[in-house]
Amino acid sequence: MDLNFTQEYEDFRAEVRGFLDSNKGNAPSRSDRSVRSKKRLAWQKVLLEHGYAARTHPKQYGGYGAEPDALKARIIAEEFARAGVPGGIAGQGINMLVPTLLELGSDEQKEKYIKPTLSGQMVWCQGYSEPGAGSDLASLRTAAVVDGDDFVINGQKIWTSTAQFADMMFCLVRTEPDAPKHQGISYILIDMKTPGIEVRPLMTMTGFAEFNEVFFTDVRVPVTSIVGQRGEGWMVANATLTHERGMLGDPDAALGRLRSIAEIMKKEHIDGKPLIDDAVYRDRLVRLQAEAQAMKMNGMRLTTLASEKKSSGMAGLLVKLQGCELNHQMAELAIDVMGEYGMLYEDSPFARDKGMWQTHYMFDLGMIIGGGSAQIQKNIISERGLGMPREPKPAPGTFKAN
Amino acid sequence: MYFGLSEDQLMLQDSVGRYLEGASELEEVRRFVDGEGALAETLHKGLEELGVPFVLLPEAQGGLGMGVLEAALISETLGRHVSPSAFTAAYGMAVIGLREAGDEDWLSQIASGSARMGVGLTEAIGGRDDAGLIVSGDTVSGRASFVMGADGATHFLLTTGDQLVVVERGAKGVSETELTTIDRTRTLLTLDLDNAAASKVAGNNHAQAQRKMIDAGRVLLAADSLGAAAMMLEKAVEYSKDRDQFNRPIASFQAVKHMCAEMAAKLEPCRSMIWYAAYAQDHVPEEASLMACLAKSHMQEVGKFVARTATEVHGGMGFTDLLGLHYWFKRIGANRQLLGGPEKLRAEAAELQGWVG
Ligand SMILES: Cc1cc2nc3c(=O)[nH]c(=O)nc-3n(C[C@H](O)[C@H](O)[C@H](O)COP(=O)(O)OP(=O)(O)OC[C@H]3O[C@@H](n4cnc5c(N)ncnc54)[C@H](O)[C@@H]3O)c2cc1C
Repeated sequence: MDLNFTQEYEDFRAEVRGFLDSNKGNAPSRSDRSVRSKKRLAWQKVLLEHGYAARTHPKQYGGYGAEPDALKARIIAEEFARAGVPGGIAGQGINMLVPTLLELGSDEQKEKYIKPTLSGQMVWCQGYSEPGAGSDLASLRTAAVVDGDDFVINGQKIWTSTAQFADMMFCLVRTEPDAPKHQGISYILIDMKTPGIEVRPLMTMTGFAEFNEVFFTDVRVPVTSIVGQRGEGWMVANATLTHERGMLGDPDAALGRLRSIAEIMKKEHIDGKPLIDDAVYRDRLVRLQAEAQAMKMNGMRLTTLASEKKSSGMAGLLVKLQGCELNHQMAELAIDVMGEYGMLYEDSPFARDKGMWQTHYMFDLGMIIGGGSAQIQKNIISERGLGMPREPKPAPGTFKAN
Repeated sequence: MYFGLSEDQLMLQDSVGRYLEGASELEEVRRFVDGEGALAETLHKGLEELGVPFVLLPEAQGGLGMGVLEAALISETLGRHVSPSAFTAAYGMAVIGLREAGDEDWLSQIASGSARMGVGLTEAIGGRDDAGLIVSGDTVSGRASFVMGADGATHFLLTTGDQLVVVERGAKGVSETELTTIDRTRTLLTLDLDNAAASKVAGNNHAQAQRKMIDAGRVLLAADSLGAAAMMLEKAVEYSKDRDQFNRPIASFQAVKHMCAEMAAKLEPCRSMIWYAAYAQDHVPEEASLMACLAKSHMQEVGKFVARTATEVHGGMGFTDLLGLHYWFKRIGANRQLLGGPEKLRAEAAELQGWVG
């Protein structure tokens, strides 16, 4: 254990701080959710130039071209969090598609897509889930049939986040209907303006349409839109799912949230006394702090494992499950300490932070379900982490609950 | 920055682990708990050969001059094998307190093996009406409850609240009552002192020395529970793969898998947290007390969950004496109560951060 950074890293930290001091006036607000905001795009440009976004992506595709360095990545994240400034754009395009293309894309695909994606100009959505294929993603049925130089796509995706704003979709389709289910899937890139695509926003419990239904009727895309080979889509998609899970549950963010709740508890008074004086709520606060601290240390351990190029093992497998649950519980506490004020939402008179904690409380539940539900995470932890056997699977159609 | 163990630390833990795996096997622990055999003493000698008692002793006194992290790795291993041992008190807390006070005399005696110290600090954490010590001249009177590290102790290092004193075991005016705890792998005592000869610990920063002893003791108990809980989880997973019901290993039932996954997911971050809390004792003094509170309170919550869940995975067998899983269950249970339970620790943590009106 040595938590001191060598001079090289201390210098780097000073550099990041210097950058933030002179530039943070131009940063968009953390709650700026619009994917096309001018301010966000301008900020992304500045970050790319300085290597605080797409730091290790090749220069030729618009990245900064730095050597991968888990410690520097951590320092950047820490300093941005400390300054309360949003980092680079973190959509599914940058976090999931770009790494996939770098690993498995053709030169032409890399050339065409990576640069505009990194700059934030090209927005992507992830077309995996279908009405009949959620946790059991490999049972997906949206069909792509080759006709001349095109794939012709028919079917439906669902829960597709940001599809209503996206330029492009990376999508899983069934191209080999006769192959075993995992071997019949292909990974293709679809321009959302292609005729035959219909996007219907789905209102969620938060009151926003975070996701959509996407319908495909005879949608034609060139066969060159495929990433990897036909029938290899499952493997290609799994490369990105790994990236998605790494994306969730940032431990510094959790501690930041915790400090905000402590601030609320100091500020809000009931019968003349600050809430922080209430021993029961305080106990809940510190209980969550201890958990957030444990997750932070787990994250530090993962940073070291990554910088040593060692496998992360159990410490990595648990992050999505524990991180999302912790965030949800923190939102729950924030709402509870506010009492009646905790239920005020959006533009209600007297609402605190526009009811932000209610949004977190609901959205974090979505995070617990999406991207591999908590139960699926537990299956993964027990099977891959603890070596326990898979459940026996009944033959298709032989097993009904009623 | 390197967040992990060094080669030397891994080797230390490995050598203690290999020794205890043989010397502290369950049948021996069982005999010790039943009042037969002298496993605590046998292990003391064996661990002495590996240098364990010297880990925290300064090099000037012939010690290894290592830190709380190394001590925590040893505690973890002792917990893993439910080993009878006075290590936490005698070679963890006592040495840290005497080091902080600058008492070279006692440190030399510990290094030479002529003194082994039990530790009584309960009254500095939360005093009960019937306990507490008062010094008068060279003598001390009153009661010290829940004195830790009694196995093999020759002396007791006790607090009067703001002052540390040493009394000799068996001396005139020192009477001891052995307690029957749920965990019988380690012996606890209540001491009643009646004008017992007291030698004062050197220096006058006893409040600080005591603080450090409590912080380090909490980290070591958390590490002990980590080791015990990790072993319980391993046993549960192993058992579930061997046990068949409904023509399949119970490890293939999702309810069982999810119990194990939950244990693992909660437990693994505790490891990193305890490493850090231990490291902070020597390297991040401003966080030492807070991290000790957070690490022990969190570990004890997770430990309790693992202890009951791992037992459940074993079905009726888990409930038997025969299997002996209950030794780990009880070790974790006792650690939870010592030096502050979770609620007490969280209240202290809040206070340390000024979260109190
Ligand atoms: C906010 C949000 C955003 C999303 N964004 C996207 C997106 O952009 N693109 C995309 O493709 N998808 C997206 N999803 C979809 C998400 O990945 C799925 O919702 C998720 O995989 C679960 O699938 P499902 O909804 O069909 O639930 P189901 O799979 O039907 O699950 C229902 C319940 O059954 C449980 N269950 C299912 N199978 C098992 C099993 N084997 N063992 C134990 N329990 C099981 C689940 O844990 C869950 O509790 C999003 C979801 C949410 C909530």
